[in-house]
Amino acid sequence: MAGPVYIADCESAVQSVALDGLSVLFHAPSGMTHIVAAPAPEILEALRIGPAGAGELLARLRAWYDFEGDEAADAIDARLAELEAAGLVRRA
Amino acid sequence: MRHRLSIQIGPVAFRIGSAWKAPLDALAGLYADYPKPADGLTDFTVRLEPEKPWRRFIRPSVAIRGDYCLPDATPMSLAHGLLAAEMGMNLQMALGQKNYLLLHAATVEKDGRALIMTGESGAGKSTLAALLGERGWRLMGDEFALLDLDSGLLMPFPRAVSLKNGAIRVMEAEVDPARFGPRLEATPKGEIRHMRPNADALARMGEGARPALILFPRFGEDAAIRAVGAAEVFMRLTQASTNYVALGRRGFDALTGLIAANPALAIDYPDTDTALGQIGGFWRELAA
Repeated sequence: MAGPVYIADCESAVQSVALDGLSVLFHAPSGMTHIVAAPAPEILEALRIGPAGAGELLARLRAWYDFEGDEAADAIDARLAELEAAGLVRRA
Repeated sequence: MRHRLSIQIGPVAFRIGSAWKAPLDALAGLYADYPKPADGLTDFTVRLEPEKPWRRFIRPSVAIRGDYCLPDATPMSLAHGLLAAEMGMNLQMALGQKNYLLLHAATVEKDGRALIMTGESGAGKSTLAALLGERGWRLMGDEFALLDLDSGLLMPFPRAVSLKNGAIRVMEAEVDPARFGPRLEATPKGEIRHMRPNADALARMGEGARPALILFPRFGEDAAIRAVGAAEVFMRLTQASTNYVALGRRGFDALTGLIAANPALAIDYPDTDTALGQIGGFWRELAA
């Protein structure tokens, strides 16, 4: 069964500044600030290409970055759940 | 209001009204050398009123009111009217200031560059700023650092320094007695005495400075110095800001810009001389 498809706000709605290995994000629609670690910024970047499920997202990320091992899919699922709870991604 | 007083502190003009004469007399004495608002306009109004009409005479109790109010603020004794005025001014700034990112921090300047000191109450930032202000630095403020949202400059807010408990004796040994306000005993914050910044701090209250170092001092520990990572600085400064959330993206831009451009250090110090030595060392390194 296909999992949910996620969507992220466009780049102009989420301002990102790298600080000391972490990223601070200002999410304009909510006015909230988030401090996130990799691969959360990369997931948001990959979702800006267009809505995607976890499998498609992992394929996009693998095209850009070295994601080794079978745990990558679990990690993407976990990060997507966190980003959804934070309001930084939503279901399409 | 029966009694009124207007004061300019850095870029901010206050009007303070009071139902009683005594707190404003004390305030007028403490702020004797401050300018009046240039155009007669004020940014914030503070009102010291009786909690109930009859409380102006019977067991007088001061309620702090103004443009911005805390609904459940506890009224204060009239004997602490000066502290009520100070808290009222702080409250208006904390809740109403939209032109600057406000950091709960002390700032001092030397050679055109500013040192920001922030930390929890009791960390010693007011005492260190007051001492540095008498020893070759310019005191910009002991309570609020005002970060200009456009230029990234820190603007001074040299209100009367609020000295608490042990810091009172430290500064009494250093400064002309004429610059002190009355001793306020048994306030909610312990013993308090206000100190007017020196003539240089007041004469240059319109002059901003470029930040150079963010410092997190902590009193009462063995001397130690550690670098603080940018993400931790960001988190601590959002907690130290009263209006970061209200400013939205402008606050985010100003704060990330400040952090990206400046180093940050945490210091522990067992006594003020040790802290002054640590700070002097940092400044020599920054100048080198």
